[in-house]
Amino acid sequence: MNTDLKLAWRNIWRNKRRTLITMASIFFGVLLNTFMTSMQEGTYSKMIDNVVGFYSGYIQQHHPEYWENKTIDNTFQPNDSLYRIIRRIPTVTAIVPRLESFTLMSFGNNTKGAALIGIDPEKENRMTRLSHWIEKGTYLQPGDNGILLAKNLAKNLSIQVGDTLVMISQGYHGASAAALFPVRGILKFPAPTMNNLGGYIDLNAAQEFFSVPERLTSLVFMVDDYGNVSQTRQQLQRELGSAYQLMTWDEMDPVTKNMIDADRSGAYISKGILYLLVGFGIFGTVIMMIAERRKEMGIMVAIGMQKSRLAKILFYETTLIGLVGVFTGFAISYPLILYLVYHPIPITGEAAEAYEQFGFEAVMYFSSQWFVFARQVLIVFLLTLTVYLYPLVKIYRMKLTKALHA
Amino acid sequence: MKVIEVTNLIKIYNESEVKVNALNGIDLGIEEGEFTAIVGPSGSGKTTFLNMLGGLDMPTAGEIRVGGTDICGLSSSQLIDFRLRNIGFVFQAYNLIPVLTAIENVEFIMQLQGTPKQERETRAKELLHQVGLGDRMNSRPAKLSGGQQQRVAVARALASKPKFVLADEPTANLDSKSTENLLDMMEELNRKEQVTFIFSTHDQRVVHKARRVITLEDGLVISDERK
Ligand SMILES: Nc1ncnc2c1ncn2[C@@H]1O[C@H](COP(=O)(O)OP(=O)(O)OP(=O)(O)O)[C@@H](O)[C@H]1O
Ligand SMILES: [Mg+2]
Repeated sequence: MNTDLKLAWRNIWRNKRRTLITMASIFFGVLLNTFMTSMQEGTYSKMIDNVVGFYSGYIQQHHPEYWENKTIDNTFQPNDSLYRIIRRIPTVTAIVPRLESFTLMSFGNNTKGAALIGIDPEKENRMTRLSHWIEKGTYLQPGDNGILLAKNLAKNLSIQVGDTLVMISQGYHGASAAALFPVRGILKFPAPTMNNLGGYIDLNAAQEFFSVPERLTSLVFMVDDYGNVSQTRQQLQRELGSAYQLMTWDEMDPVTKNMIDADRSGAYISKGILYLLVGFGIFGTVIMMIAERRKEMGIMVAIGMQKSRLAKILFYETTLIGLVGVFTGFAISYPLILYLVYHPIPITGEAAEAYEQFGFEAVMYFSSQWFVFARQVLIVFLLTLTVYLYPLVKIYRMKLTKALHA
Repeated sequence: MKVIEVTNLIKIYNESEVKVNALNGIDLGIEEGEFTAIVGPSGSGKTTFLNMLGGLDMPTAGEIRVGGTDICGLSSSQLIDFRLRNIGFVFQAYNLIPVLTAIENVEFIMQLQGTPKQERETRAKELLHQVGLGDRMNSRPAKLSGGQQQRVAVARALASKPKFVLADEPTANLDSKSTENLLDMMEELNRKEQVTFIFSTHDQRVVHKARRVITLEDGLVISDERK
């Protein structure tokens, strides 16, 4: 074994108890921070999945004015060459057409304003798994003339599967739109806010209803990986030019994005404090290590060891303590988190209600993305590097005659 | 041939408010193969003088030549290297690296010099046998007596094949039996292997073993006797 490493390894075990306590503090710091980070990231990606997977997709393509003014006039007519261009982009994994607008829905004496979404039942189902959330009745067939209603909307209208809904709206260029739609099914979404949203009908029926044959409000894209979203959007924008507006999920839903960002910054503080404590623990140990060994280090330099070499040995000592702490932390937290990824923790009781009120599923999700772990290793490494400045300064400032006298 | 030549060596400590004139102009030469004791009352400047000779501290004025090299002209890192290749050190106590065994301690300095493993081992074993510790080679310092530790320190000092060995009160922490043993051993090495030793001491029993005795007082050489 390398002599310097051997010396370092033996040195850190000169005071077993102190070293073990320091390693243990790093271990617990890593464990706790990994756990917290994993839970945060799990929750965030669940939130994003909810937004993206249940509804918005990662990217949407609109008429340039649609987002500012969501009327049926700001629609576009896709053609084959448009589809061909989009299909050439390898990161786009699904293209789902929609025609959405606002309507008045009524049944009996009840009338409610609600969103109406014209969908391609098959494509929509492949992306958002809409048929999964059918609580009563059946999903739409291709070419269907019926409607699916979100649970709370149906309840507010007091309408049941099999009843016929009256719908009124404004069509293309001010044309009036009115039609009857039999209720085929009731949808119950896991994300509670979605339950108030609206009704789903077949895309062709919607185009007919709004008198916009072949036109769409949006093309919704799924992307193979979350990390590829902004790059894919740029590529789409380049290929399609300014005739269309392209928006990513977080632009369409800034609330979720802001919530995640705010929560992240809050967590940085508490995690930072935890690591600060760990850092001071390491620092204390290193101070003692140096103080105890002043004379010994003086002798090493006196008999002919360069200070740089002594600095290297102390570097090994500091990082070894850090690495042992971090890797035991990793070894324990990794299987634990993998388990939790596959067995998320359900929340019960009042906490669960609070979660649902805010529109979340009452389940604690975890993430095992590589950076959850890598970040801890990096932070502990940076911590030990910072702490290492102390021995470094001490070595280069060491006055030989004084050190030998210690 | 002179190993060390000291001319008008002056050392003034002025770190604190009161200046201390520790060495006040010493002129001295040390020949190869000498066995020299530096004596004098406490505070007379023995440690200061040996530190200067060993390049552990810088004089205020004057010159120190070791094997022809003016060591005051070296940078601090050159000086470390110079010590490694030319000077053996034995300190008063706790000389050894506690986490290394006796043989590892002796090998350590040769490792710093870049000696190959095989040669290191052979030489370390030979030296430890010479200082009478052939059977304690794999003990760590804490398991050795003070006298044994000093012997390992002497073996380590010799391992680097230095031009001379400096020892500042090497026996100060030893009982009289160990003191005598250590001195006899050093004397034998000096006689048989021509190792140049310069050591300081308070101890009269040690002084009479030396073949040259230099007495300091108030930072000046007041007598220099050869036997
Ligand atoms: N670092 C220092 N700063 C200031 N004064 C010092 C320092 N080191 C030594 N001195 C002073 O220099 C003088 C010589 O000290 P030195 O240690 O060389 O004496 P010594 O002969 O080795 O004494 P002892 O026999 O007690 O070891 C003393 O007056 C001492 O107080
Ligand atoms: Mg002294």
